[in-house]
Amino acid sequence: MPPIVEVINLVKKYGDLTAVDGISFTVQEGEIFSLLGPNGAGKTTTLSILSTLFSPTAGEAIICGHPVTKEPMAVKRVIGVVPQEIALYEDLTALENLNFWGKMYGLSGRDLSRRIDQVLELTGLKERARQRIKTYSGGMKRRVNIGVGLLHQPRLLFMDEPTVGIDPQSRRAILDSVKELNRAGMTILYTTHYMEEAQELSDRVGIIDHGKLIALGTQDELTAQVGEMDTLILHLGENEDPIHLAEGLKSLPGVLQANPTDHEVAIVTASAEEALAPVVSRANEMGFKIYSVDMREPNLEAVFLHLTGRALRE
Amino acid sequence: MGLRKLFLIAFKDLRLIFRDPAALIMMLLAPFLLTIGMGALTGGFSGGGGSTFSDIPVEIVNLDEGILGQTLVDVFTSPELEALVSPRLSTDLGAAQALVDSNQSAAVVCIPAGFSESLLSPRTQGSSAAPIEFYANPTMPNSAGFLRSLVDQFVNQVEIGRVSGEVIVTQLLENGLISYQQAPDIGAQIGYEMGQASATSSSIRIKADLAEGEALEFNILAYMAPSMALMFLMFTVTYGARSLLVEDRAGTLPRMLVAPTSSASVLGGKFAGIFLTAIAQLTILIGGTSLMFSLQWGDTMGVILLILAAAFGATGWGVLFAAILKTPGQIAVTGSAVMLLFGLLGGSFFDLSMLPGWVQMLNKITPNFWGNDGFFILGIGGQVKDISTHLTALLIMGGVLFAFASIWIGKRGLARK
Ligand SMILES: Nc1ncnc2c1ncn2[C@@H]1O[C@H](COP(=O)(O)OP(=O)(O)OP(=O)(O)O)[C@@H](O)[C@H]1O
Ligand SMILES: [Mg+2]
Repeated sequence: MPPIVEVINLVKKYGDLTAVDGISFTVQEGEIFSLLGPNGAGKTTTLSILSTLFSPTAGEAIICGHPVTKEPMAVKRVIGVVPQEIALYEDLTALENLNFWGKMYGLSGRDLSRRIDQVLELTGLKERARQRIKTYSGGMKRRVNIGVGLLHQPRLLFMDEPTVGIDPQSRRAILDSVKELNRAGMTILYTTHYMEEAQELSDRVGIIDHGKLIALGTQDELTAQVGEMDTLILHLGENEDPIHLAEGLKSLPGVLQANPTDHEVAIVTASAEEALAPVVSRANEMGFKIYSVDMREPNLEAVFLHLTGRALRE
Repeated sequence: MGLRKLFLIAFKDLRLIFRDPAALIMMLLAPFLLTIGMGALTGGFSGGGGSTFSDIPVEIVNLDEGILGQTLVDVFTSPELEALVSPRLSTDLGAAQALVDSNQSAAVVCIPAGFSESLLSPRTQGSSAAPIEFYANPTMPNSAGFLRSLVDQFVNQVEIGRVSGEVIVTQLLENGLISYQQAPDIGAQIGYEMGQASATSSSIRIKADLAEGEALEFNILAYMAPSMALMFLMFTVTYGARSLLVEDRAGTLPRMLVAPTSSASVLGGKFAGIFLTAIAQLTILIGGTSLMFSLQWGDTMGVILLILAAAFGATGWGVLFAAILKTPGQIAVTGSAVMLLFGLLGGSFFDLSMLPGWVQMLNKITPNFWGNDGFFILGIGGQVKDISTHLTALLIMGGVLFAFASIWIGKRGLARK
């Protein structure tokens, strides 16, 4: 079966800046495919091209057999889009928003009201449906934003960082509904800069950085790239300087990388057991107090670290 | 299909603007209050809500020796207009103007020497006719406006008479039915007949009939209300234009563009939204002032057509701003400036006949000018045919601006994020 999405050497330039730099990947029908990458990596730009909003500087993407640059209307008929920024009318109620966007997608009459009911059920917003969006919390707005993308039950759904800036509960609910939609047969192209989300949701992951796809595959394939390497996370106190500590640890034998984040230093090593003792004693010598140490199996974070030398979240 | 979504978007915009209190204040409340305020300022309320037209003092300076000058004098002194105007005849232009300057008179109508000659003699065909001079008192804009409309009416009749007279005379000549010696007299006779007709022509007679029963009411509000409505119409269209850029930034425009809808439908919907809002605003303001002040806006069909045309012309401007400006802030600033500028140029604040000629040319690009003038003509009894130039001008204005904006946006693409 041909892939539902086929991206071929996609390039998008904004003046001198190359936001998307020759990306290629495919998505199979029925998959959850994640694009994982830090801020400014080019995730939104890629999705904007796939959803026909922008034309690429070079390259092509084929969606359900339709080239996005040549048959945009055919592409728009099969996709649903959940934009990164909440794109709703604040002065309309949730019901009015759903009604408007449903009609924009060609729904009407009984079909439309049935779908609106289902979406309100799914997002848990039935009670507040007649209140204006501007009275909603951030999490509720996010849920309506997602609901709009689901109204017409698209074969292929693009979700651009749908969990950014919301509370853990809403986030949990969103991740669960993504899985549920996928189980019901929807193909989902998901972008995120949260490693945990990509890890939990995806069948396959593309890691994107500075407009380039630097790794692509199933999670097992990707973590195999890191090989036998482990990650040690050192948790520091409030007033400690992780950057300073990371510098001091880099030179130790067995430490391949030491990357500072907030109150943490992530260490990539061939063997956590062997590296642990020298790391802790060096930290003591330098006068750092370590509160706890986590040992992590290879994960996507480690893959990103390994490939770029940076942590996903700065 | 495309049209359905176009209207979906347009009505969504109409709904949104009616939920925006700030927009409603500017769209509806401000023009309403300003109408009342300016009305009070100009002394419009002295007669219990309406000022009356009666015995308007006017100076007629007839320097013409011919028959047409006399005809115009006859019009002003005709029994039909007796209650409305009190003309004073003289041949001293300076003295007459002094009376206007000292507020003792509403206007001077000066019929230049050789007026009849220049119009009626077939031999001077092609040379331009000497114009009637109208010198208005700016402190009595409504009286002066009324007098001016009388003069215009007369000139139009003569013009029609002259053209048909010329045609008839030429035909008679060609067929050898009259001699060249007879031609000027016959031409003059035809012109005279037509000029006479103006005293009893329909719109003037309507006024005169009214004047016999009770004094003809010409409410100052009938002048202020349309001009304020038209001024704030420019606010409405710039607000609508702004919403295109606001939606681009808020992500709802891109979201519409990734729905299975052509960008032409989306753009058309946004434009139609501005147009609908403009119509709604004018209708509410006109309806409201009619009810509250029992204003007579005139011929219903004329008023409806003029609302549609003025809304269309103004929408053209809004759409142009949406196309060429880059941020909502730029549109807001430009919109306020243009609203005031067009208000001034269109005659919302004072009578423009005192301003230099180039200003009077420039004001033709404003919907305000055509709207104000059109509503005035309807208000004094004009029919659809009397405002056909106004309707055409507004339609052309809207059409040209709309086409230009569409091409511009087509080039740069609709979404800019
Ligand atoms: N309209 C634009 N004009 C110029 N540069 C742009 C434009 N849109 C995006 N960029 C730049 O292109 C790069 C990629 O941006 P993009 O929004 O695709 O990243 P992203 O991966 O979605 O990031 P985030 O996680 O912050 O949403 C960034 O450097 C961004 O500044
Ligand atoms: Mg993004």
